[in-house]
Amino acid sequence: MAPRSLSIITGTLLCSFVIVPLLAVWRHADASASLGPAEWAALRFTILQAFLSALLSCFLALPVARALSRTQFPGRRLVIKLMGAPFILPVIVAILGLLAVFGQNGWLNAALRSLEMGSFSIYGLHGVLLAHVFFNLPLATRLILLGWATIPQERFRLAQHLALTPSARFRLIEWPMLRVVLPSAFAVIFVICLSSFAVALTLGGGPKSTTLELAIYQAFRFELDFAKVALLGLIQLGLSLSAAILALRMAHEDQLGIGFDRPIDCEARSVIQKFHDTLSIFLALMFLGIPLLLVLANGLSNLSSLPVAVWMAALRSVLIALGATVLCLLLALCLLSRSGEVLATLGIAVSPLLLGTGLFLIARPFLNPFDISLIVTLCVNALMSLPFAVRILRPEMIKIVSNFSRLSLSLGFSYRSWVRWVVWPRLRRPLGFAAGLTAALSVGDLGVIALFGDAERATLPFKLYQLMGSYRTEQAAGCASLLLILSFSFFWIFDFWGRRNA
Amino acid sequence: MKYFTFALSLLTASTALAQSPILTVYAPDYFASEWGPGPLIEAAFEETCSCDLKFKTGDVLPRIILEGERTEADVVIGLNTDITKKARETGLFEPHRQDNTKLTLPIDWTDDVFLPFNYSHTAFIYNTKKVTNPPTSFDALVNSNSDLSLVIQDPRSSISGLALVLWVKAVYGDKAEKVWEKLAPKILTVTKGWSESYGLFSAGEADMVLSYTTSPAYHILAEGDLTKKAAIFPEGHYLMVELAAKVAKTDVPNLANAFMAFILTERFQNLIPEGNWSLPSALPKNKWPEGFQELSMPENVLFYSEEDAANLRKEAIEEWRRALSQ
Repeated sequence: MAPRSLSIITGTLLCSFVIVPLLAVWRHADASASLGPAEWAALRFTILQAFLSALLSCFLALPVARALSRTQFPGRRLVIKLMGAPFILPVIVAILGLLAVFGQNGWLNAALRSLEMGSFSIYGLHGVLLAHVFFNLPLATRLILLGWATIPQERFRLAQHLALTPSARFRLIEWPMLRVVLPSAFAVIFVICLSSFAVALTLGGGPKSTTLELAIYQAFRFELDFAKVALLGLIQLGLSLSAAILALRMAHEDQLGIGFDRPIDCEARSVIQKFHDTLSIFLALMFLGIPLLLVLANGLSNLSSLPVAVWMAALRSVLIALGATVLCLLLALCLLSRSGEVLATLGIAVSPLLLGTGLFLIARPFLNPFDISLIVTLCVNALMSLPFAVRILRPEMIKIVSNFSRLSLSLGFSYRSWVRWVVWPRLRRPLGFAAGLTAALSVGDLGVIALFGDAERATLPFKLYQLMGSYRTEQAAGCASLLLILSFSFFWIFDFWGRRNA
Repeated sequence: MKYFTFALSLLTASTALAQSPILTVYAPDYFASEWGPGPLIEAAFEETCSCDLKFKTGDVLPRIILEGERTEADVVIGLNTDITKKARETGLFEPHRQDNTKLTLPIDWTDDVFLPFNYSHTAFIYNTKKVTNPPTSFDALVNSNSDLSLVIQDPRSSISGLALVLWVKAVYGDKAEKVWEKLAPKILTVTKGWSESYGLFSAGEADMVLSYTTSPAYHILAEGDLTKKAAIFPEGHYLMVELAAKVAKTDVPNLANAFMAFILTERFQNLIPEGNWSLPSALPKNKWPEGFQELSMPENVLFYSEEDAANLRKEAIEEWRRALSQ
């Protein structure tokens, strides 16, 4: 929707922001690098776990999204909001939350023991998948739910008039929408999981579950082999971009049809369907909610004992989050096209460690990288959320254009009034969601600050790791609660803003 | 506008107002955070130097290597013995000019570039309430039939994880891979860093965690908790020494020298035990704080020179990876 020139400029900027640091690291290295057997094993595992994680997340999100789209119940909005939360947790917090339920000492094993049914070990590929589904199921659900909202309401009514069987309905109405939404959701989750490191290693149970990101970290920290860092980063980038391009080629976008822009109301469901829907929502809620509540409860009592420095860090994180949100939305609005979706993937396609190192090398000759560490964090956070923002905004934008562009043309709308009266009121809801997601994600991200942060400019996740690194388990739990509350408030406030009057 | 300026000042650097010379010390994050010894050391040193000591945190070695000759560091602190070879080869550091005989390390120290400021040993920590019958030797741990679960760190991403594979190598030599195969079923999981491992242990996920002989001191002194203990093995424990070094191209050589000398003073050494929860490098045992003196310490200490550690590293990690990947 943005003028074409603006899209091109944004795209170019984005590419250079990602590619130039990569080249900087490459140039800094004086030797060439090659991959050993350990790295090849890591590459295979990385692709395998990312593929399965994305597949499972999308597959499981399907019934949940469908249930949410056609069920009305008190607290439905709250449930949909909760759907954003796990995605924005710092890794170690989410792991501890999951372990409180699925760990050796967790609820599940306590229950199994009391029933004398043996025990369940979370460690292994299934543990990695469990955690990745925990992180990404909510995202997938929301993305698919947005897809459902773009189906013209008239189609469902027509289906009811014609008394279509559920399978015919699925084939004729829902499948065309899913063919657009699913590949894109799959791709973005696949790319996120490609750069998983701590989750994969910890819950994978050992070096079998080594990902590329660990190899990058190792090359960076111990081997100090920057050529290898760049090579591995390039492989990661290639994988991510291929996934994004493949997803776009699979998506067919011209079958959505036009409607009267009316909200979906409830449709008649059979008893079995109602049972399925309720069960899906209930299970998803339990799976996502319990670990989060345990994290929250574990730390609440320690909130008051947090030192001033932690609160200052929290304030800093909030400011960064707000800045990142503005930047991310501006960029996203310029990239609402097919190629924009691929470009936006760049934001999560490069290892933050590599991006940070490259930016460090570029900034170094001109200024002190420490002075701009928070600005860089802000930019990187905005980039990281860009793929989600674009995926959230685009379906709605396509719908707006297909529904209203002819009408506006015939009425002779100016660009301004088109934006003011047609686009803005309709785009506001996904904008709110995208803003909430970006802000929350930014609050929870450790990101490049770990590379060149310092005590004076620490963010909240940074403080959390400092506390954990100095035995302060309880204060770290308090910090985690604070982080969770902040992320969730952001998410809630922006989402609320988007839904008000919408 | 006022709020905007305030926000901006929070995000950008707080420009130093002081005109006194600045000594920039690169340090790991845990060292310089308010929960580490950094702030107290900073205050103590500033009393004597009429200067402004500034810690810059992050990954010390990769950073200084990336920066090369243009680094703004005057001193780096927090390097580890097992990775100093690469650091030395950069030629960025110059001799510390301190008297190594003042050191109270359990080994002889002759390095004239890297100066130890604290040390500890790798050890498995357990909770006496959960593990009533801890293994009394490394052999006993390896061969035990009980369902003890361990959580360790990855040697590829963590310095303590690296120390563990070197520990096993030092005890078992060529049999290291066999030992890892026997240990594999006991290893609940491997984490990226020490914090994650210790978090899992604290949450009750595992019976024993790879940590340091000095870890129980935190629980004793800060929490009054006497249930965390290090299992001491007669085969010996691997020594981990943390080091400081002076950057050759420093623009404040006198301050940097003064700081290197300060490291060996009692003032500095006294801040280490309860600041970094490890043992001071130049302080006799009778001057350690209460609680540290009572810790169980190994009689036998194992240690590889940086040369040996560098040569063994690849092989030891690969053995570990192969054995645990099956």
